[in-house]
Amino acid sequence: MEDMSVIVVEQADRLFQQHVNKNILADADDGKWAASLWAALEDAGLPLALVPEAAGGVGLAASVVASLIRRAAFYSVPLPLAETMIASRLWVDAGGDVLDGAVTLAPVNPQDRLTVVENGSGVTLSGTAHHVPWGVQAPTTLVFARDASGKGFLCRVLSAQLRPNKPRRNVAYEPRDEMHFDGVQLHAGDVRPAPDDLNKDGLMAFGAAIRVQQMIGGMERCLDYALTYANERIQFGRPIGKFQAIQHMLAVAAGHFAAASATADALFESERLGDDDFAVAIAKSRCGEAAGQVAAVCHQVHGAMGFTQEHPLHFSTRRLWAWRDEWGAESYWQERVGRKICASGGEGLWPLLADRKDSTVAA
Amino acid sequence: MRAFRFESLTLPPNAEMMRKKVRAFLDDERAHGRYAAHRTSWATFDPEFSRRAATAGFIGMTWPRQYGGGEYSNLERFVVTEEMLAAGAPGGAHWIADRQSGPQILRHGSERARELILPRIAAGECYFGIGMSEPDSGSDLAAVRTKAEKCENGWVVNGAKIWTSNAHRVHYLIVLARTEPPGQDRHAGLSQFIVDTASKGVEIRPILNLAGGHEFNEVFFRNCFVPEDMMIGKPGEGWTRVTGELAFERAGPDRFMSDIRLLVELVKKVGCAPSERQAIEIGRFVAHFAALRRMSSSIAGLLERGESPITEAALVKDVGTAFEREIPEIVRKLLPVEASLDDDDEYSQALAHVLLHAPSFTIRGGTPEILRGMIARGLGLR
Repeated sequence: MEDMSVIVVEQADRLFQQHVNKNILADADDGKWAASLWAALEDAGLPLALVPEAAGGVGLAASVVASLIRRAAFYSVPLPLAETMIASRLWVDAGGDVLDGAVTLAPVNPQDRLTVVENGSGVTLSGTAHHVPWGVQAPTTLVFARDASGKGFLCRVLSAQLRPNKPRRNVAYEPRDEMHFDGVQLHAGDVRPAPDDLNKDGLMAFGAAIRVQQMIGGMERCLDYALTYANERIQFGRPIGKFQAIQHMLAVAAGHFAAASATADALFESERLGDDDFAVAIAKSRCGEAAGQVAAVCHQVHGAMGFTQEHPLHFSTRRLWAWRDEWGAESYWQERVGRKICASGGEGLWPLLADRKDSTVAA
Repeated sequence: MRAFRFESLTLPPNAEMMRKKVRAFLDDERAHGRYAAHRTSWATFDPEFSRRAATAGFIGMTWPRQYGGGEYSNLERFVVTEEMLAAGAPGGAHWIADRQSGPQILRHGSERARELILPRIAAGECYFGIGMSEPDSGSDLAAVRTKAEKCENGWVVNGAKIWTSNAHRVHYLIVLARTEPPGQDRHAGLSQFIVDTASKGVEIRPILNLAGGHEFNEVFFRNCFVPEDMMIGKPGEGWTRVTGELAFERAGPDRFMSDIRLLVELVKKVGCAPSERQAIEIGRFVAHFAALRRMSSSIAGLLERGESPITEAALVKDVGTAFEREIPEIVRKLLPVEASLDDDDEYSQALAHVLLHAPSFTIRGGTPEILRGMIARGLGLR
């Protein structure tokens, strides 16, 4: 990263560190919207980090935005910051103006299909999206929907336009709401043909790409906690980190983390983190698997203490357990990669990996 | 957390050019039926292949021209290595010499050793074995008891090495020996020597492996004379030298591509319409593989910059060989085909070959138990 980028990330890190404490996280667990934290994120320009300067954003490179998402996840920032970053960029790329406030994305679940039907002055939406991050609390939802011919559209939906949605929570107690779009009328200006690359698979790769970066931040936090604890907790007269059994568990976890990071870093090469769905598929598969392993090791190191609300480990591990399943669990992406490989044949396996240019795993 | 560095690296255009070149060579090898990829790997010893690879310029690639090298970058070499592995090329004769012994001699050997040996390695005519393990010193390498005592114009070596792959058909071993009695610092007093296997006082006894192959040997040294200029580095530098050598040994694609040909045969056998389970497991293999490839190329980049990332290399080997070990265990459950040593079916043969060799993946070059100790030290736990 360039010097300027390093400063941007350090500043954001300080902001997260200052604002995100146990009380904020506990309040978020109780379903409260962290309004003052969101205001601080907006003051720092973070929601528009990925929007080009010419379009009114900050215009940071994908690698810097990924670092910001990782740091936010490291501190368990309990807000849809990453969702807003990517939604803002996609909407601007589709020709829309910069969106105000927090923006969430729908659908999340690969089985949820939303549709648009044109009417006189705009379109009518239909369908239900499950597990939408902060769907009730975010003022705007960016929806991907298809028309009868399969063509994709991005739709800006204000929460005021929706019928009461059902608040739901993931295992991290983060809002993951059930949203009903049946009969929602949108003006022409709020519906835009989706950029071409979204036609393949909608928001899946973009959503997965942000969860990948978040898992890296979350895993780093868990390992930080576990290494500190292993060096402090004394049993049998010495820190438990001196025992080979503990050392080896943590070494294995560090291996998963390093391998996951390598695949997550690969996403820096695409402008919006999620453009290369083959790389996303690999990263979401590898990071999801690593997240489970790292969380398990870090809990084991912490013993009973890690299973309490007194130690903050759970804020990170519960998020890892949720993030690995959102926008496609490992199996969803692995199957796509596997089918792509099989379609290319045995002798095609290696060239597909080594020479990969513009290949996609979209079905 | 003290994170390990695996900076992303994009292979430069000259490396991709090299890929075309090595593929053309390997395509030609296979078109002429010079080896059977489903039964071979980087450990397959085939001097004819090594000579042809050398003629095509694929051995000693990074070394100076004056020693027969090609003055290519580590990244060009990385590409050649991974292409050889992907093609199942039988590079076993030159592999060790090219991967670690040659670079070790180039960096720390005497001028005479460089001039005498490196051009022959680069010509595909001179092969090396690793003289580290001993009957009473395996993972605990600093406990070696082989002794080298100073004499006129050189050293006299006495002792024994074991698990010495290919000792019976290589020209030299790089032997780690004690040049001073063990003291408080057990890493002190060790030195590395280039020992000619044809020297007087070298006796080699075969040890067959469980696959029925003869790779392992036990090697005895009885008053074996080694000339002064066949020492690597200075007396007492042995531990530093040997750990530096292991950075070259541990991080390459050969630590996660040993059974890539089994995956190729699996995909062939499964065909273009896999079941959900087959697709998921194949996709998972590819995700693991892609991660390792990025980590390994990142280390090739560090080596190119002259760094010696010892702990990172240990981590790549630990993650990579765990993956190699897992492949046959999962593959065998994806198809109702039993492994066979001599069935005509190439998948079945590849599975048999890998099953019988897999235990060695997590032993050669350092066990996970040792590697994880190094990683833990890097994490600040030791």
